[in-house]
Amino acid sequence: MSGPIQISNRLGKFHSNWIWLVTGIFIWLISIFLTDQINPYYLNIILYSGINIILAVSLNLVNGFTGQFSMGHAGFMSVGAYASAFITTYFQAHHVDLFSNPLIGQSIFVGSLILGGLVSCAAGYLVGLPSLRLKGDYLAIVTLGFGEIIRVIFLNVDAVGGSRGMPGIPPLSNFGWIFSFVVLTVFVVERLIKSPQGRSFLSVREDEIAAEAMGVNITGAKVRAFVIGAFFAGVAGGLFAHQLQFINPVTFDFNRSFEIIIMVVLGGMGSISGSIVAAVFLTTLREALRPLQEITQVDLRMIIYSFLLIVLMLTRPNGLFGTKEIFDFLPGKKK
Amino acid sequence: MKQSFFYGLVLTSIMSLSLIGCTKKNAGTTGAETQSSDDSILVGEVGSLTGPEATFGISTNKGIKLAFKEINDAGGINGKKLELITLDDQGKPEEAATAVTKLITQNKVSAILGEVASGRSLAMAPISQQNKVPMITPSSTNPKVTAVGDYIFRVCFIDPFQGTVMAKFAHDTLKAKKVAVLRDVKNDYSVGLADFFIETYKKLGGEIILDKSYSAGDIDFKSQLTAIRAKHPDAIFVPGYYTDVGLIARQARELGIKAPLLGGDGWDSPKLQEIGGKAVNGSYFSNHYSAEDKSPHVQSFIARFKAMNNEIPDGLAAMGYDAAMVLAASMKSAKSLSGPDIKEAIAAVRNYQGVTGNISIDADRNAIKSAVVLKVENGAFKYQTTINP
Repeated sequence: MSGPIQISNRLGKFHSNWIWLVTGIFIWLISIFLTDQINPYYLNIILYSGINIILAVSLNLVNGFTGQFSMGHAGFMSVGAYASAFITTYFQAHHVDLFSNPLIGQSIFVGSLILGGLVSCAAGYLVGLPSLRLKGDYLAIVTLGFGEIIRVIFLNVDAVGGSRGMPGIPPLSNFGWIFSFVVLTVFVVERLIKSPQGRSFLSVREDEIAAEAMGVNITGAKVRAFVIGAFFAGVAGGLFAHQLQFINPVTFDFNRSFEIIIMVVLGGMGSISGSIVAAVFLTTLREALRPLQEITQVDLRMIIYSFLLIVLMLTRPNGLFGTKEIFDFLPGKKK
Repeated sequence: MKQSFFYGLVLTSIMSLSLIGCTKKNAGTTGAETQSSDDSILVGEVGSLTGPEATFGISTNKGIKLAFKEINDAGGINGKKLELITLDDQGKPEEAATAVTKLITQNKVSAILGEVASGRSLAMAPISQQNKVPMITPSSTNPKVTAVGDYIFRVCFIDPFQGTVMAKFAHDTLKAKKVAVLRDVKNDYSVGLADFFIETYKKLGGEIILDKSYSAGDIDFKSQLTAIRAKHPDAIFVPGYYTDVGLIARQARELGIKAPLLGGDGWDSPKLQEIGGKAVNGSYFSNHYSAEDKSPHVQSFIARFKAMNNEIPDGLAAMGYDAAMVLAASMKSAKSLSGPDIKEAIAAVRNYQGVTGNISIDADRNAIKSAVVLKVENGAFKYQTTINP
């Protein structure tokens, strides 16, 4: 490569790293100065949208970019949720004075989120290593089974409340942390799929035999995608637990996995911006249809919700954006 | 890199737009919001109108609607009409939390009714508590629900109370002298009932001859039952869920144990007789309410409910009705309709005659009230007696 191109590349990288940082700072500015002004109801919807973005984008890495149909995302979410909630409630019960210092309290929270993500990673590795040798339907069934196993385990562990759930989780999630992790998730997934590692994920999706012939360790690639996806699902679970302040095993049943899959499929398998748009759209839609229920006194929400999904799937079978990104549709982009 | 730039830009703009949009909307609507006006009081209800537990939410909703209609027909609360806003939570805790946030911050309700299930009530309670809006749950029996804070109440008894009820029933009605206990050690519902049963029964002068345990999901109970048979008890207290109880009853009869089995509302399912068959006949369990209760106010409630909905109310409808009535009575006696005043009034409720028993709110904001005892008889649960605390 000649010199000038390399320099412009460097500049470009520098430039694009900056925008992530600026976004991060911007998020914290909003979090500190603006969240008090927002109606808590709207804020609640925005925060759940954020959590769903993390879940959808991380599942898209597995389902969309690597082409492995996982149905156990709620399982990983619950592992992270329980792990981080267990840590913070422990500290709250035994060292309540630590939380009086916001700095230490917040670091415990973030530490618990990361740890929840890592525990989830470990679960992902354990499940992924044997099961990712399977393909298609079989993998879907194994991951679905895994999700249910995790749920039943939590149902029977007394330390985390069993079927009665875990109340009294400190409300530590806020706009800043949730959207910092949204940005981190999008950043990591976006950068990853452009790296050699990510290219090998894509090659596994397109053609496993060809990928293997080119020297890609396909099981390795699948497990890596699975583990990274599990990490962010775990973090999202932790954020969810500290937002709702209460978790029980029923919250993480297979219906939740399907919800996340719907977001990914609707947005387009293999489109990060598609997942973001679908996650925000579906989370908001449920609440946007609420006034209708208040007026008609009949709950039509789920009917309209399902109807919209059917229409979208009929008109855009590959999801909103397919494998493209939102900016591919903008004018000025070369085909 | 162009894409990265785009992501950042898109994320930033989406967030700023949504936030600005929301703040504006908020500022714009505060004036015109549908908060409690001069002639009406808004009450919010969150229930599972759809989803796997839809029957619970719908029953409760019918009970609450009947209560509100009767209150309004009788002149409302000091001249103001009660207005109900019901939101669906699809049986999901996070939807319940969102719905209760909406009711409190958007609709500015004066009080919250619901949820049926403890799982959802626990998700709602912190939000009600934080915003100082009183919340009454009709039928969440988990003790932790009202432990969230002083704005959270319930009109049902908590689990362990049923142990006390059955001890009184065994001693006073069945005249049992010696009772054996068989409890599910992994289930705190069962353990709580067993502990309270033993405590009360001993206080009444009875004798606990044996205290055995099993774990939910066990198939074979013969070793415990053989030990129990050797002691010849007058009754056996089995505070488990219907699945295990059905099997235990079958095996007890096979071993020739004739003593009746006693239990709590965990038995309340048609499946009990599907599993237990004839073996469960002649056994007794405690419950919240029975449509066969001959008390005039219960029968009159059933008649009014039938006139409105054309069906016999189940326990959840009766408790929804009671929750709404307790709230209305408290609003009438409250100094003002502010959250703290309504809360004080609810906490002061004593001996309110509800359909599901006389309700008094204790210091832990739980209801102290009577329970009914039902007898299992050839495919039906027959009302036996009402036991007061």
